[in-house]
Amino acid sequence: MTAIAPGVAEPALAAPAPRTDGVWRTMVRSKSGLAGLVLVVLITGMSYLAPLFVDDHNPVDAQNRWQGPSGEHWLGTDHSGKDVLKQVVLGGQTIIYVGFLAAVITLGVAVVLGSLAAYYRGRLDSALLQLTDIVMTVPAVVLLAVVGAFFGLTTPTTLALLLGLITWPVLMRSIRAQVLSLKEREFVEAARLQDLGNMRIIFVEIVPNMAGYILINFIIAVTNAMYALVGLYVLGLAPLAGANWGIMIHQAWTYGAIYLPEGRAFILAPVCAIALFQLGLVMLTRSLEEIFNPRLSKG
Amino acid sequence: MTGEPLLSLKHVSQTFASKRGDLPAVRDVTLSVARGDVLCLVGESGCGKTTTARMAAGLAKPTAGTVEFEGADINRMDRERHRAYRKAVQFIHQDPYASLNPIRTVFATLSAPLRRHGLAKNRDEAWEQASDLLRRVELTPPANYLAKYPHQLSGGQRQRVAVARALALNPRLIIADEATSMLDVSIRVGVLRMLTRLREELDVGFVFITHDLAIARYFGAGGRIAVMYLGEVVEYGATADVIDDPRHPYTRALLSAVPDVDPGPEGRRDPGLRGVDIPSLTALPSGCTFHPRCPLFVPGTCDTAAPALRAVPGAGQEVACHVVAGKAGDPDAVGQPAGSGA
Repeated sequence: MTAIAPGVAEPALAAPAPRTDGVWRTMVRSKSGLAGLVLVVLITGMSYLAPLFVDDHNPVDAQNRWQGPSGEHWLGTDHSGKDVLKQVVLGGQTIIYVGFLAAVITLGVAVVLGSLAAYYRGRLDSALLQLTDIVMTVPAVVLLAVVGAFFGLTTPTTLALLLGLITWPVLMRSIRAQVLSLKEREFVEAARLQDLGNMRIIFVEIVPNMAGYILINFIIAVTNAMYALVGLYVLGLAPLAGANWGIMIHQAWTYGAIYLPEGRAFILAPVCAIALFQLGLVMLTRSLEEIFNPRLSKG
Repeated sequence: MTGEPLLSLKHVSQTFASKRGDLPAVRDVTLSVARGDVLCLVGESGCGKTTTARMAAGLAKPTAGTVEFEGADINRMDRERHRAYRKAVQFIHQDPYASLNPIRTVFATLSAPLRRHGLAKNRDEAWEQASDLLRRVELTPPANYLAKYPHQLSGGQRQRVAVARALALNPRLIIADEATSMLDVSIRVGVLRMLTRLREELDVGFVFITHDLAIARYFGAGGRIAVMYLGEVVEYGATADVIDDPRHPYTRALLSAVPDVDPGPEGRRDPGLRGVDIPSLTALPSGCTFHPRCPLFVPGTCDTAAPALRAVPGAGQEVACHVVAGKAGDPDAVGQPAGSGA
């Protein structure tokens, strides 16, 4: 049938083009995706690299409260005379860190529980579904307020942990639905026929098939966690120590920046930073969708 | 060809529950395969051949009867024996586009069972053995294929990879469910020839499911054939006997429906069926399920008692037919109540 003679030895044919190459090209081809990537990289880079170059000393200056933008203070000053630009540049770290960490936790819990529930069904499935019902019904803000009052949400890591542990159920259900359909595919049956072991079948054969879906949901989870965190700061449920975008909005609100024309920069700067970062993430998912679903880009 | 049966189905039935009532997909089928044996299951779609194969492969539990591997019921085995059964009996799916994991390379697909069952200790060994497997299914040079993903392969190549995967655990029996029906005709022959060669070289038994009698004749040469109709085996015997001298009226009709390249004056006989519609599984005809279509229909006998498989006088095969197995035309034999049936 094949014309290739068995004896003809060919040098190990060019290994399939490194996949990263194709990924990069797809990423760059979609303009909005590229713009998203640039935004995300720029803002993350700014937040994490700025402390190396910018002096984080931002003194209170009672003489210069509520200054408008000027040569000295590009974005003006806040209610206590601190430079706004410095606060914006330095205030992203916590938000981004908590956003990503919370998303990792959410996703980890959702993927593991969702695929186990779908694969094994039965009692485990119904128990886990009931658990999602419970977690979804508890109002997150109230829970956070209570936990905050009792334990103190002192570190960003605890905040991330808490956010992660209350946001997984929705994602868990959609992962479960995906696994329910994937596990009926013949390649899963083939793996079962070879007795490959359930854990291997779930996490090596099935879950990687959802890689694109998981990654896109990861990014959406990051945006959600960031908004949730900023919301906590604005509501004053998280400790208002230091300066970050959430705390800035909180202070702008409580000190009435919204009523002062000079204070507009103070309230708009963190809002813009957050909005741009979120926009970047969402646009990034566009390219990622194309990468993981080639039919979208060629259609 | 003969010997201790490796895998035997004993009076297995499978009934699916549906909204319109129970669907008896397979009824009281008894078959067995010995090592190196070939058994072809043929029949039109919906006759239960795939369900039978799935029960034999342990993918579905029979609702009645037992599937036995080396004499032990596979659904009641301890872990150790079940593992041995899994290794010994492999399955090839019909659709090579669905049966290979799209995100795993050929090497990953082939090395997983090798590593899992300790046939390969490390990656190099697995690579070596996977290469051997690919050579065996004529995908050479193997290095060209090992790093490829299923979507980079043609249908025939994928099916060969699926065969290689089935061979990975040195099985003693391979159940192939319409393994060639999704392939182009030109490629089908190559795959069939390869499977035949494997059968001879490796002494692997085959349960080969097909709707194509020409393929059954080619692949099942020297083996046996079971013709199924509406969930039952209606004719069972050596391939040569069944194909060259079919006795059951259904088998005859099936064979006469095979298009002939050069139809002679007798090339296309009219099978003389009384009806062309296949009865629904939810409302099976009484007695012999073939009687509404059967040209040999004897009123009063065929529509009351279900026939059991019985040896036909003067022929090698067994047939489930009152008229044929009961010496055609002998009213006494015809009138005998036949077996238990469904």
